[in-house]
Amino acid sequence: MNAPLPRSGALHAPGTVLTGAEILWESLVRVGVDVVFGYPGGAIMPAYDAMARYPMIHHVLVRHEQGASHMADGYARASGKVGVCVATSGPGATNLVTGIATAMLDNVPMVCITGQVPGALIGSDAFQEVDITGVTLPITKHNFLVRRAEDIPRVIREAFYIAASGRPGPVVVDITKDAQQGSCAFEWSDAPIVLPGYRPERAPLARELEEAKRLLDSAERPIILAGQGVIRAGATDLLLELVGKRDVPVASTLLGLGGFPATHPLALGMAGMHGEAWVNKAIQEADVILALGMRFDDRITGNPKTFAQKAKKIHVELDPAEVDKIVKVDVALVGDVRDVLAQLVPTLDEKRRPAWLARIDEMKGDSAVRDIQALPDEGRLYAAHVIHDLWRLTEGRALVVTDVGQHQMWEAQYYKHDHPRKLLTSGGLGTMGFALPAAIGARFALGPHPIGGADPTEVWVIVGDGGFQMTACELSTIAQEGIKIHVAIINNGYLGMVRQWQELFYGGRYVATPMKSPDFVKLAEAHGVRGMRVTARAEVEAAVREAQASPETVVIDFRVEQEDSVYPMVASGKDLDDMIRRPERKHNPIYETGED
Amino acid sequence: MKQTRTFVVHVEDQPGVLDRVASLFRRRSYNIDSLNVGRTHEEGISRMTIVCETDASVARRIEANLYRLVNVLRVDDITDSPRVERNLALIKVSAGPDVRPQVLQILSTVGARAVDLGPDSVVVEATGTHEEIERLAAVLAPFGILEMVQTGLVAMTRAAERPQLSRGEAA
Ligand SMILES: Cc1ncc(C[n+]2csc(CCOP(=O)(O)OP(=O)(O)O)c2C)c(N)n1
Ligand SMILES: [Mg+2]
Repeated sequence: MNAPLPRSGALHAPGTVLTGAEILWESLVRVGVDVVFGYPGGAIMPAYDAMARYPMIHHVLVRHEQGASHMADGYARASGKVGVCVATSGPGATNLVTGIATAMLDNVPMVCITGQVPGALIGSDAFQEVDITGVTLPITKHNFLVRRAEDIPRVIREAFYIAASGRPGPVVVDITKDAQQGSCAFEWSDAPIVLPGYRPERAPLARELEEAKRLLDSAERPIILAGQGVIRAGATDLLLELVGKRDVPVASTLLGLGGFPATHPLALGMAGMHGEAWVNKAIQEADVILALGMRFDDRITGNPKTFAQKAKKIHVELDPAEVDKIVKVDVALVGDVRDVLAQLVPTLDEKRRPAWLARIDEMKGDSAVRDIQALPDEGRLYAAHVIHDLWRLTEGRALVVTDVGQHQMWEAQYYKHDHPRKLLTSGGLGTMGFALPAAIGARFALGPHPIGGADPTEVWVIVGDGGFQMTACELSTIAQEGIKIHVAIINNGYLGMVRQWQELFYGGRYVATPMKSPDFVKLAEAHGVRGMRVTARAEVEAAVREAQASPETVVIDFRVEQEDSVYPMVASGKDLDDMIRRPERKHNPIYETGED
Repeated sequence: MKQTRTFVVHVEDQPGVLDRVASLFRRRSYNIDSLNVGRTHEEGISRMTIVCETDASVARRIEANLYRLVNVLRVDDITDSPRVERNLALIKVSAGPDVRPQVLQILSTVGARAVDLGPDSVVVEATGTHEEIERLAAVLAPFGILEMVQTGLVAMTRAAERPQLSRGEAA
């Protein structure tokens, strides 16, 4: 029965009799997997036992399965490849759920492999039995329950294909213990995958393209709203060409940041709830909106009924189910952003728009007291300062992974991303605890860490004191793996974003938001990495440079202003240009002026 | 404008497919009036007829969302097509010997039939649109309905074509 052990790094020839567990790794190697993030347990033990025979796949032992799912996610977002995590049945599988939902809402290609109780016990409430395909049905792109060893190769191929193609998403592959233990002849095919009901590719009709061109030609005040679809499709070059030809300013969604260079003169920045005032105003004044690979999330539109009412809308989107979901559009070009732009852009002639660009400059000027570099440094440490300095000291090239909260919005406002796949953040689900594990995944995608000055493969985590504590255990994973990332904790002593809502909308009653934290420096040291503390702006630069030069992971505890808020802000459900602006305060150097 | 819409959905006959379809309707808050599933003449392919009350824009998204399911082969919104629709009902009517002739008289008038005669009851089989069944039930109600079951609508267009089930034109 037992197949001879392959020599280190060697795969078996198809036809060899192998166990399901071996077939799993044989299959994973063949679809290109070189790292998996996981945690063992009873129902997945056969797979773990066989893993030792496949040293070409590196296994990262996490501290909590949620971490494994975010690591696979971070790996996928940073590389564009499919990320893989592994967990046991029952609690192992349910611990993945938050990470799966995070990946689903942000269209991240991921395959989650879970062990399942033996087939004969399914349905009997066996020890550690959870119907994980049932649980994850609404939060996966697709899922599989595998009961036989011989089905593993086909399912792995299909899972990777489904996860990565079309609108990407997470796929769960639940494999019973007896399927891992059973043996059969290993068969592998490289033939194209045929799933009769699956249609990942779409293309718009010629008349829809003509109609889009007609609208773009008629535009006086056009705006592009660039989403994550631009990054997924690798369409930045075509977008630059379009903008160059037509003088169309580009606003981005949170997940779209980096898809168009932030320092480009026609980059407006992020739109939406915490978008800059001029961006949201420009959207409301636009007469044509070209929405690229974005889904009109409520954080972008404000009140959808009053969103960009003067504008004809062209929606370029891969998923027809997104068309007219929130905002009714005039033309839908259903297809990959790159393919659609490749057809559209060559048909467009050059047009300059001095009047519209002057109008936008005027709106910008109104609220452009945001150049915080020019502001007096009176000793206080603001999160915006820290992030701005990080941007400067990393030369705007680092890969930044943010968590969820105020620091996430400040990062989006102050770290100017010029390159795609350089900002990883949980946009759709807004999952606190995402940043640290996702950064570990990104580290594996980017390769060995740099030591020294600014480097495009640096990984920086920007995380709140609250979110950091949700997955801080993964510091041990970092120590065990001997990898290096930088962690900037924006420590304001509060669940800051919730505190901000309490300040603005709940009468200033700070219920359950003041938060006591451990000594993060000691916590870092206890995990075997370095810790530093920064309490004044003057110390920021030296600390960041020291972290960059350090051979090991450094956690910097930035003690920032406690009750600062993110502005401007469109309250939930309000019109996009109905913004709460930063109040002018004497002691506050980051106020905005202007009557608007 | 909301109207009753009828979808014909061809799916792969695999475990969990009904669950996926039902979960989609539940999650997106699309209300199902009736849902029927059954085999087709083709091996491995099942057919669903789904009826729901909705407007055209939501109907388009229902179609698109159904297509997102990997096991869904084809979706047709046949609301605006000439079609045949049937709903099968079994109605157990309390009908002792005294009223039985009356009940049988009603059945023959409307084209329904008695499929089982018990000493005190009759099981009626009727096919028709949902409205026709409702009307029949209303007429039989005075005798006393003991039990009633409906299959839900099954529907088919009248056009002489077979639904293309390979990689077809999507929504
Ligand atoms: C898992 C999870 N739980 C709760 C929330 C709600 N939430 C959004 S922001 C926030 C506060 C985050 O606090 P912190 O991590 O300190 O970041 P800050 O806002 O202070 O920068 C909370 C609780 C969430 N997004 N995710
Ligand atoms: Mg905080």
